[in-house]
Amino acid sequence: MMDARTQLLSPTHWRWYESLLWVGVFALPALLPSHSLIINEIAIVALFAVSLDLVLGYTGIVTLGHAAFLGAGAYSAALFAKFMHPDPLLGLLVGILAATLLGALCSVTILRGSDLTRLMVTLGVALLLLELANKLDWLTGGSDGLQGVVIGPLLGRFEFDLYGQTAAWYSLSVLLLLLGLARRWVHSPWGATLMAVRDNPLRAAAIGISVTSRLAVVYTLAAAVAGAAGALLAQTTGFASLDVFALERSADAVLMLVIGGVGWLYGGVLGAVVFKLMHDIISNITPQYWTFWMGLFLVMLMLVGRERLSPAHWLKKAKGEQA
Amino acid sequence: MLTLLFDGIAYGMLLFILAVGLSVTMGLMNFINLAHGAFAMVGGYITVVLMQRWDIPFLWCLPLAFGGAALLGVLLERGLYRSMYRKPHLDQVLFSIGLAFMAVATVDYFMGSQQQIMQLPEWLRGRTELWDGALGMGHYRLFIIAVCTALTIALQYVLTRTRFGSRLRASVDDSRAAAGLGIPVNQVFALTFAVGSGLAGLGGALGAEVLGLDPTFPLKFMVYFLIVVAVGGTSSITGPLLAALLLGVADVAGKYYVPKLGAFIVYALMIAILIWRPQGLFVRKGAK
Repeated sequence: MMDARTQLLSPTHWRWYESLLWVGVFALPALLPSHSLIINEIAIVALFAVSLDLVLGYTGIVTLGHAAFLGAGAYSAALFAKFMHPDPLLGLLVGILAATLLGALCSVTILRGSDLTRLMVTLGVALLLLELANKLDWLTGGSDGLQGVVIGPLLGRFEFDLYGQTAAWYSLSVLLLLLGLARRWVHSPWGATLMAVRDNPLRAAAIGISVTSRLAVVYTLAAAVAGAAGALLAQTTGFASLDVFALERSADAVLMLVIGGVGWLYGGVLGAVVFKLMHDIISNITPQYWTFWMGLFLVMLMLVGRERLSPAHWLKKAKGEQA
Repeated sequence: MLTLLFDGIAYGMLLFILAVGLSVTMGLMNFINLAHGAFAMVGGYITVVLMQRWDIPFLWCLPLAFGGAALLGVLLERGLYRSMYRKPHLDQVLFSIGLAFMAVATVDYFMGSQQQIMQLPEWLRGRTELWDGALGMGHYRLFIIAVCTALTIALQYVLTRTRFGSRLRASVDDSRAAAGLGIPVNQVFALTFAVGSGLAGLGGALGAEVLGLDPTFPLKFMVYFLIVVAVGGTSSITGPLLAALLLGVADVAGKYYVPKLGAFIVYALMIAILIWRPQGLFVRKGAK
């Protein structure tokens, strides 16, 4: 029987098998150099899904416009590299900063109203930015995308090559770093209040939790993480195009999160891996009608109940039976 | 100027017919249905196919589009939607967006991804100019306004004057209390869902010429329907009507005066309104 303190602290501890897992993950680009590009891609969407988990899983805000922050990070990092300085780490910081600012600004919009209102407002912001990036073609290249972005070597030493090994390691490091940070956030007392707000805002307010400030802060933090994902995307592909703002981006991230399980930071990572592999396989078979299978998968999953898919559910069930 | 207003009103009326079913289902079952546009698309394609392949006159196609979409609505409601009512909003959103994706891919497979062209009958093609061209009215748009006005009046009559209407309103206001009074809420809802889908189908048929019809229709116009519902509120049909008219006029005027900004104005307007009145513009105080 654990006492309450150790029980509450136990999820924050770094486990030995996690270290093992990450060593394995970091060895992947060296073992499978030809798959570095897809590893890089998975790391980026995983980071994006983790940031969405902060909003959706831990705070319960239904959003279909999270791509707004991905796009903000991508475009600001790409513009910074093109016009100011090619250093990737500086660009990453700029991308994070831009998305954080945007997130702080947009957090005002999600404080009030029902799920539908939030859905509409978040979607509206993403569409607004999409329109903006489309119309400001002298700056962003419009629908052709922002081309001619040259990124300097990482830490002044490691060049981004065509095979994407450097890119994969770079993205994985940022993913690991931010995942660790996010874990600190959600398992802190502050993170516990977030879940209280998600489960019952009225009661949370009654015990003295400031609901609006919690929502605003977590939304801004999630935006920052999404901005990092966007910056990575722009830097490792050397390109930023309008589709970073698209509805499909946000919907894909929600789907990944649902596959991996919400409210469990690794859920985003796991979901991203499964989703990307599934995407690759299905679109190899039917490139044009991939959306049909994804739609069918979503419908079936929702009818069956999404909690059955998540490992967290089975873990809980197994633990419950033991006790 | 007047012409713009006229076009905006026609566009708004069309949006209202397309979205009114969504507003009622959302108010009744608190269900966020992102696949509503798929029913509209079905209505549009039914019309196009009937007119092109079997030469059925346009006017006959409209009730068929209504019937086809309504039938599909009943089947999906009975088979799939019903089990989703009690699930959280996130599940509903994902479920219905999945349906929308499937609809898009299916239509793409059977009909091709190109824009469908609709041949309007001769008598709808002209244009009438009044006051030396200050007000130019396309006959087809006049026709749309006439049909939509008639439908709106009929809907309002059904909702406020008939027994079914009072049952529906009771279910919207408090479905548990309504069920307790012996109102068959499930049947009321199934019928409402069918009519709502049918109206969307009719709207899709009417709007194929104005809005354009291709397989991405449900996703392209999903935002517009949702704006109508979110801004208009779900407690009456006058709210969505006014919201749809506002949206129609704002969109047409915005695209005419500042074409560079395009849809920007509509989105900005929506966000501003929803920050100001999160429950929608036209909601009675005290409504849930």
